[in-house]
Amino acid sequence: MVVIIDYQAGNLTSVVRSLKVLGVEAEVTQDPAVVARAARIVFPGVGAAGTAMAILKELHLDAALRTAMDQGVPILGICLGAQVVLDYSEENDTPCLGLLPGRTRALPRQPGLKIPHMGWNKVEFLREHAIFKGLPADAEYYFVHSYYPSPAEESMVLGVTEHGSRFPSVMGRRNLVATQFHPEKSGRFGLQLLENFLGWDGSYAE
Amino acid sequence: MLSKRIIPCLDVRDGRTTKGIKFRDNVDIGDPVEMARFYYEAGADELVFYDITASSDRRDIMIEVVRRVAAAILIPFSVGGGIRNLQDMRAVLLAGAEKVSVNTAAVLEPGLISQGAKDFGSQCIVLGMDVKKVEPSAALPSGYEMVIHGGRTHMGIDALWWAKEAERLGAGEICLNSIDADGTQAGYELGLTKMISAAVSIPVIASGGAGTPGHLYDVLTAGRADAALIASMVHYGTYTIKEIKDYLQQRGIPMRLHW
Repeated sequence: MVVIIDYQAGNLTSVVRSLKVLGVEAEVTQDPAVVARAARIVFPGVGAAGTAMAILKELHLDAALRTAMDQGVPILGICLGAQVVLDYSEENDTPCLGLLPGRTRALPRQPGLKIPHMGWNKVEFLREHAIFKGLPADAEYYFVHSYYPSPAEESMVLGVTEHGSRFPSVMGRRNLVATQFHPEKSGRFGLQLLENFLGWDGSYAE
Repeated sequence: MLSKRIIPCLDVRDGRTTKGIKFRDNVDIGDPVEMARFYYEAGADELVFYDITASSDRRDIMIEVVRRVAAAILIPFSVGGGIRNLQDMRAVLLAGAEKVSVNTAAVLEPGLISQGAKDFGSQCIVLGMDVKKVEPSAALPSGYEMVIHGGRTHMGIDALWWAKEAERLGAGEICLNSIDADGTQAGYELGLTKMISAAVSIPVIASGGAGTPGHLYDVLTAGRADAALIASMVHYGTYTIKEIKDYLQQRGIPMRLHW
């Protein structure tokens, strides 16, 4: 069973319908008991880190996610979901889940640079990963964010994107992979990435 | 590098698409869901739906359109027109739109922007601005005024001030429409677009006046726009999105060319 975690951070309609296009009826849940039974977890979200963490704790989804991580369940974090899996976020000065070591930082501001980073941009793949299978180098993905994930170790950065400066846009370790962009809003290449995730066994050798 | 976005705009009345020329004499040109799928496959980077339905059951009609569009395409789209309160915003977002555009209601009640940003996130909240050129005055120092009702009602609010205020309140993006240029196909209003885009850090979508790919080039360079709204030039088949993107790419504008 594919489980989409609903922690009231943005609407999940587009994630649900993308998986449906791929023939998967995912279960949208706020229930840690359902998360505990998941074969695969999609952890999306838009909004602010502070509110998101408060709700995750209130619903006891933080512990459920840590358990799933330890048990090797394949997890896909998207956007805010790719940020709160780290130890800490600069946004609202928020301690986060700590599934991966690292911090979420604000995109550096500079004159003339638009923040949020909103629209289509390329990802340079730095390492091979099962979720990149079949994706051409010049494919673009839809981004909308003002913060970015900065994992503690270079080996966890799977892809980078340029907006003023280069930032990690895909990261992963073991059974967790996370994209700052929205594969569910990124046309057929985003759909390909989601399909790759659905076929991934959660193993990844750094 | 971030690509500049090309965004077809679909005016919707009573569940059907139209194209307004200066907000009058609209012609019916089709089903919004068919057009959404067509533009998605043709390489649109995003879509904008603008509801101009006047009837009281407008919301139900539009929500059904949004739901069907959301099931048909895998790119972001926004919905504007008649978004009056947080309930309207919530209904449109839950039906599957990524963004809502607020215009008149935000001018009358700026708290709608801050509350919407708080409840749904800034990235959802697009400030729609209908702007008309006026003589600069103490009250309107930028020489551009906010208008509503398709330009018939002047608000006495300076457009430059309002753009900055909306950013402060939490708008995630601005869709800037020049009432003077709208429907003319004679080019975007570059001075206005540059002035607003340079004054805010959030992205600005230029709207009103697109007639040729050269007009898009001008507004994405001299006008400093982050995205360009187009309507007639693609709705009537004069240009394809691919032709427009190829042209802009050749002139050095970053474009999403594979979809």
